[in-house]
Amino acid sequence: MEILVAGAIGLLTACGIYLVLRGSSFPVVLGLMLLSYSVNLFIVAMGRLTVGRPPIVAAGAATYADPLPQALVLTAIVIGLATTVFTIVLALAVSVPPRDEAADRVARPQGDEPSLR
Amino acid sequence: MIAPSLALPLAIALPLIAGTTLAAVAGRSSGRAAAGALAVVTAAALGIVLASAPAVLAGQPVSTTWPWIPGIGLAFSLRLDGLALLFSVLILGIGLLVILYARYYLGPADPPGKFYARLALFMAAMLGIVLSDNLLLLAVFWEITSLASFLLIGYWQHRADAREGARMALAVTGVGGLAMLAGFLLIGETAGSYEISAIVGIADQVRDDPRYPAALILILLGAFTKSAQFPFHFWLPAAMAAPTPVSAYLHSATLVKAGIFLIARLYPILGGTPLFTYVVTTVGLVTFVFGAYVAVFKHDLKGLLAYSTMSHLGLITFLLGLDSPLSNVAAVFHIGNHATFKASLFMAAGIIEHEVGTRDMRRMNGLWKYMPHTGTLAIVAASAMAGVPLLNGFLSKEMFFAEALALRHLGFLGGLASVTVAVGAAFSVAYSTRFVHDVFFNGEPRDLPRPPHEAPRFMKVPVEVLVTVCIAVGLLPGLTVGPLVDLAARAVFGADLPAYSVALWHGFTLPLLLSALAFAGGALLYWALQRQYNLHLHVPSRWSARRIYLAFLAGLTSLGDRTSIGFANGALSRSLALLFGVVVVLLVGSTQLTVGVHTGERPLLPLTALGVVAALVLAVAALGCVIWHRERLVALVFSGVVGLVVSIAFLYFSAPDLAITQLVVEVVTTVLVLMALARLPRSGHEHSSPLRHSRDAILAGLVGVSLGGLALGVMTRPGTTISWYFLENSLPRGGGANVVSVLLTDFRAYDTLGEITVLAITALGVVALLDGVRQPKPDADHLRAPAPLLFAVAARWLLPLAIVVSVYVFLRGHNEPGGGFVAGLITAVALLLRHIAHGVSGGTVPRRFGYTRITASGLLIAGATGVAAWGLGKPFLTSVHAEPVVPLIGALPLASATLFDLGIYLAVVGTTMRMLASLADASGEAGER
Repeated sequence: MEILVAGAIGLLTACGIYLVLRGSSFPVVLGLMLLSYSVNLFIVAMGRLTVGRPPIVAAGAATYADPLPQALVLTAIVIGLATTVFTIVLALAVSVPPRDEAADRVARPQGDEPSLR
Repeated sequence: MIAPSLALPLAIALPLIAGTTLAAVAGRSSGRAAAGALAVVTAAALGIVLASAPAVLAGQPVSTTWPWIPGIGLAFSLRLDGLALLFSVLILGIGLLVILYARYYLGPADPPGKFYARLALFMAAMLGIVLSDNLLLLAVFWEITSLASFLLIGYWQHRADAREGARMALAVTGVGGLAMLAGFLLIGETAGSYEISAIVGIADQVRDDPRYPAALILILLGAFTKSAQFPFHFWLPAAMAAPTPVSAYLHSATLVKAGIFLIARLYPILGGTPLFTYVVTTVGLVTFVFGAYVAVFKHDLKGLLAYSTMSHLGLITFLLGLDSPLSNVAAVFHIGNHATFKASLFMAAGIIEHEVGTRDMRRMNGLWKYMPHTGTLAIVAASAMAGVPLLNGFLSKEMFFAEALALRHLGFLGGLASVTVAVGAAFSVAYSTRFVHDVFFNGEPRDLPRPPHEAPRFMKVPVEVLVTVCIAVGLLPGLTVGPLVDLAARAVFGADLPAYSVALWHGFTLPLLLSALAFAGGALLYWALQRQYNLHLHVPSRWSARRIYLAFLAGLTSLGDRTSIGFANGALSRSLALLFGVVVVLLVGSTQLTVGVHTGERPLLPLTALGVVAALVLAVAALGCVIWHRERLVALVFSGVVGLVVSIAFLYFSAPDLAITQLVVEVVTTVLVLMALARLPRSGHEHSSPLRHSRDAILAGLVGVSLGGLALGVMTRPGTTISWYFLENSLPRGGGANVVSVLLTDFRAYDTLGEITVLAITALGVVALLDGVRQPKPDADHLRAPAPLLFAVAARWLLPLAIVVSVYVFLRGHNEPGGGFVAGLITAVALLLRHIAHGVSGGTVPRRFGYTRITASGLLIAGATGVAAWGLGKPFLTSVHAEPVVPLIGALPLASATLFDLGIYLAVVGTTMRMLASLADASGEAGER
């Protein structure tokens, strides 16, 4: 099972990075989403994989899954949502004046006033 | 009467809080009010210090220690001993005179509040330095003086030279301050304490440590940059662009003396070793001679005084470096003497500039007949500077000569030092002579901007006071400052100071002869320069430390530019490719990975059919994302599938909280991204070459393989974790069985507070980015069509249901999977559905409902839960819990963490809905009905 998870982490990372390196903004957003899946999986995997023993204290249970990586990842998922939206909005705001969605333009704004409306 | 333990903190707090506030407020009405307010505060602080003086003079230093951050050794420890008393009196006494002087100096266009508030800040920080008994606390105040002096030097911010001078002073003293802090840390590590009085007790241990030379050099760098010692002196002349009251205060009596103070304060710890003696005396002597030499050739009145100050600071540094008891007495004595005569000279120079409109000595000659009163004062002060008998400068200079001459028995280097001192002394006489002769005599004024006349009566009072002190100390040293100097010197050298006498007349001695020679030589030198060389035509050399500094700065900036352009030329993909390239190198390079590709000894989980199927689905969906990334909707569906599989994986691997969260986030993300996509223009053809595709594919593959390998390597090895603590204490101390939830709302609540703040900031960022972005939708008429009836009805029914569910999920969160994050997301999903069915402005979800306010109240509630813990005397965010039995419901587990969770809930709902509303606005839906 560990091999499958490691493979999934590797595959998601590779796909995410390939997409992030594209020149336009939608693949970048998509790539960031895939990357955050893989990183979240990776962090949970750092706590070692455990089946059927969620970290909810119960009488009689001796071992639990590691709760710490889970707590870290839980906030990461929610922040990931916010950053995904932020990234796509950034692409949106930048792409308003020119009629294409070149992500490479983000770092050097053209300086002309966006024609709103 | 103030409690002794409060006296010192109060003395600092008065200018720091009352001084800055009152000056800033009073400065709005008039400069007189601001000066008066600050003068009262300063006088009060001086009174407090003087009230403690009898105890200090009786040999009992006053001290206060309050813990601040015990973990790093930082304590608010103040201690008033002889040295601190001498400096405090100088800082507050001269400060008082400077305030009075500035009242007349500042023009109607100069904002007074700004000036006096900055002066008060500086004064408080300076007082903090001299009173600190903790190295780290001293460093804190040290940095504040750097910042405050930056503000004071740059007070006339419209002038380019003032801005440059301020920046230069900040850069030089700031770098020195960092070096000093590093030195402090080394000492603190060696000694195991940062309390100065404690380290003094184990000074031998510090000096024998191999880290001592590094610590010494670093601390001396701090002291030398602050005290404008060669070769860090160039910021001092550049700082002359400051208003003259600032120069009189900072560049004679206080700021530059902070470096001297540091050497004196740490002398019992660092001093006495050959390294200390050689470095400090050499730097001091070079600065003394160099400053005196350059001062003679300065045409600018304040420039002359600046280099003269540098020279005198070198003299004091030299004396502190000598390993002899009497040199310490001389150093401490000269600190006070130099402060009085130099402050009065700066003030006199300011008066002259004020009344004639220039500082160029080539133009103002023969001012004596126009300003006899100012002239008298300036001549007396300049004589004290030159070391004329009957004035205070004579006494300390005589002691300095005696110490320097004593070196001649120490072989060649000692002899060289004696001769150098003699030469420097002659130059000192020469520039003092020039100051008097060129300004007040030497012919008639040449085309002055203003007709010269005397200054206002009270502007001269501070100068008169200082000159009176010069004379009084010069005539009766033993009766005036003798005890204070003695006490301060004992604080530097230790209690076993041999008997000595500071007196006007010691008979015909060798130092007296040297004095006479210096006067004769200096007068001759000046005469020769003026008559033979024609000093007024002297053009300063283009070569200067300042130019080296500026060239260095320019080089550094251009190096930074070139480096950053090399990494980021504007193309996102290029920067990212570089970043991932580094990741690959690090991952492949780390031994962890080379070992980790092979599986470890931890038993693997059995492979299940479900696992294989899930992995296959995930692989297909991820690859589908890549292949169809141009087809936005298709790609989004694929990424949703990936999210689903990931959330199933979380569920399978005992992370139910993550599974639920991931599931709901998936829904919200999809909806929000879809809304944004409606606005995002379609990409044109991608221009990347096949070469670039393969480069990216190889890079992505490498990172993927290495990260996967790393994960496998870790997963197949047993590890240690700190989680046993959370598992053991979650129920007894956190009051919840769901450890993940207790972690988020209790153990690591501070972290969570930060994270929901990030969420809120992101929402604000979205609002700011989309502010005003609104345009008619291109070919999206189908989006304007009303939602299907069935959907609209379902959404209407779903909202209350979803709210109930989220309340349930919220409440059970502390003991079972759930909690504020998930509950917030569920509520958001229901609201989202409602929006899709009816439109944001469709009436049921008011667009201006104030989601920002909801977010803010979430943050406030979470923060207030943390602050409430203070009320119970516990650290920030400590939780309390109880289990009251409520009729009908039974035992109700209540924890303050639940309130914190409520904050999370509100922040999540507010953030999500705020982003939705902004996106809807940008989609042009606001105009729809």
